Amino acid sequence: MSAVTDVRRRGGRASMVGSGLLVVAVLVLALWVPYNVSLGTLSSLVGLFVLVILGTTWNLMAGYAGMVSIGQQAFIGIGGYGVIHLADAVGLPVLGAVVAAAVVCGAVAWATSFLVFRLAGGYFAIGTWVVAEVVKLLTTQVDALGGGSGLSLGAFQGADRVARVATVYWLGLTLAVVVVLATFALMRSRVGLGLTAIRDDPTAASGLGVPVDRSKRIVYVASSAGVGLAGALTALNTLRVTPDSIFSVGFTASMIFVVLIGGIGTIEGPIVGAVVSFVLQDRLADLGSLYLVVLGVVAIVVVLLAPRGLWGLVTRVTDVHLFPLVHTVRREASED
Amino acid sequence: MDWLNAVIQGLLLGGQYALLACGLSLIFGVMRIVNLAHGVIAVAAAYVALWLVQDGSVPLLLALVVVVPVFAAAGYALQRGLFNPALGGGELAPLLVSFGLGIVLTNVLQQVFSADSRSIGIGSLGTSSVPLAPDLSVGVFSLLTFVVGVGVIAAVQLFLSRTSTGRAMRATSDDPETAQLMGIDQRHLYGVATAIAIGTVALAGVFVGMSTQFSPTYGDLVLIFAFEAVIVGGLGSLWGTLLGGLVLGVAQTVGAQVDPAYGILAGHLVFLAVLLVRPSGLMPRTVTA
Repeated sequence: MSAVTDVRRRGGRASMVGSGLLVVAVLVLALWVPYNVSLGTLSSLVGLFVLVILGTTWNLMAGYAGMVSIGQQAFIGIGGYGVIHLADAVGLPVLGAVVAAAVVCGAVAWATSFLVFRLAGGYFAIGTWVVAEVVKLLTTQVDALGGGSGLSLGAFQGADRVARVATVYWLGLTLAVVVVLATFALMRSRVGLGLTAIRDDPTAASGLGVPVDRSKRIVYVASSAGVGLAGALTALNTLRVTPDSIFSVGFTASMIFVVLIGGIGTIEGPIVGAVVSFVLQDRLADLGSLYLVVLGVVAIVVVLLAPRGLWGLVTRVTDVHLFPLVHTVRREASED
Repeated sequence: MDWLNAVIQGLLLGGQYALLACGLSLIFGVMRIVNLAHGVIAVAAAYVALWLVQDGSVPLLLALVVVVPVFAAAGYALQRGLFNPALGGGELAPLLVSFGLGIVLTNVLQQVFSADSRSIGIGSLGTSSVPLAPDLSVGVFSLLTFVVGVGVIAAVQLFLSRTSTGRAMRATSDDPETAQLMGIDQRHLYGVATAIAIGTVALAGVFVGMSTQFSPTYGDLVLIFAFEAVIVGGLGSLWGTLLGGLVLGVAQTVGAQVDPAYGILAGHLVFLAVLLVRPSGLMPRTVTA
């Protein structure tokens, strides 16, 4: 006898195809691209991976936990300075230095969270910025970190240029994939479910027993550690850090654009946003400051008119979820 | 005497910070928006005044009389055109819109006026000083800035406590829905609040332009200082904002007295210390604003 039941599922056939295409894209980036593009292109593609990491981690905070930070450049700086210091002065292998730098970022984020979490909304945003300024000013006071003139990476000295660029490229791709998958895993976990509840209504979530503060702190620490990876990657790619360049609030501006343009509150959004942002940067680089004017206007228009971003437009017409988080309920006839 | 001098200079500097922070405090108090473009708007006013004085040969005082109302009107338009629509888009939308606006303004200034540092010349006013005691004198211009800062804060506070529009603003701040039921037009009221805020920060910006070198990205620092004054003083209180500005100013000049490189850092550290031990600020919400 047949009955009608509600079936709850994540994703669907279109989503499987979409996720499959994404895997193919990563494989092409890993196996085909390095052997078929110039060294310069390979090096600039690291910038794309940095954008993916920055967008994904910023979205984790703003899109899922409702925390808008404009001080994440603190962790780019700590990651960048950290990897060079740990590799050159401490003598860790490069990969170990990258991971250790990210751990340091997580620890600093944990400690400073007790300060900035006292502020909410927009004041949280500027509070994180003040913390970033303090970190920058302290960095310029430390002679071992090169003071105001910064540090150069020595660990790659003597290495073949091709091998160096390729190594950083593969490392960047790996880190971007790891960060995206880790975010996906976090969002599918119990913590992620709690975060979604907090995003929708913090008071109700708290009433249902979601540990709001702890969940936010987990996100802040994880996201900042991810930003540290991006900072380390940037330093490895440019071989040099200075306080003004690596602690630039411009990094945070690009995180915000990536997330807004791609679509806040989705895993796919920041990836789409990173690609769009990367292409725009490449094409409009000659415009100089006019380029940022355009980007700012686009951001305002997106917030006001298309708050779900480009990926939001895609999901409105199709039912594709590359990283299925959403449950859809469908009524189906089933054999009893 | 050096230390006493540093404290007095800090108090005067604090008057400037309070003037800068007044609008930020007001907008947040009335509609819970943190305007991230606040700093660059101050710098934009300084550039417009500079342009009027240099290229238009307008006397400085007249430039000030033109800039403040023009910016206030622009503030009203900004609220009606951008912030009001954003308020309907959830908590993050106004913040992100003002962030985008800040980026746009900074880079338009860069495009029009280049990234070079400029300042508004004020001739002998910048160098003259009044002696308070032997070895101790204060600059006439910093004293003037301080007086203007305190005067503006007092005026806005009087406006909030004594006028019917001010009362409507306080009512809206306490309970927007009920205030609307009483016939208050929220959209217009928010526009008026932002007009006042942008007018005062334009005034502050011109004073900053007269007292120091500025460039398009100087707005970042202005935003941070204004924000620190608001938080140190306590959210929702304009007198608190004045106190916050004074504390910040003194922290910076005393820090700079120890070592010139520590001035700004000392201000940040005092801010973080207040956040740690007294997160609601020194004078939290004594008068509703």
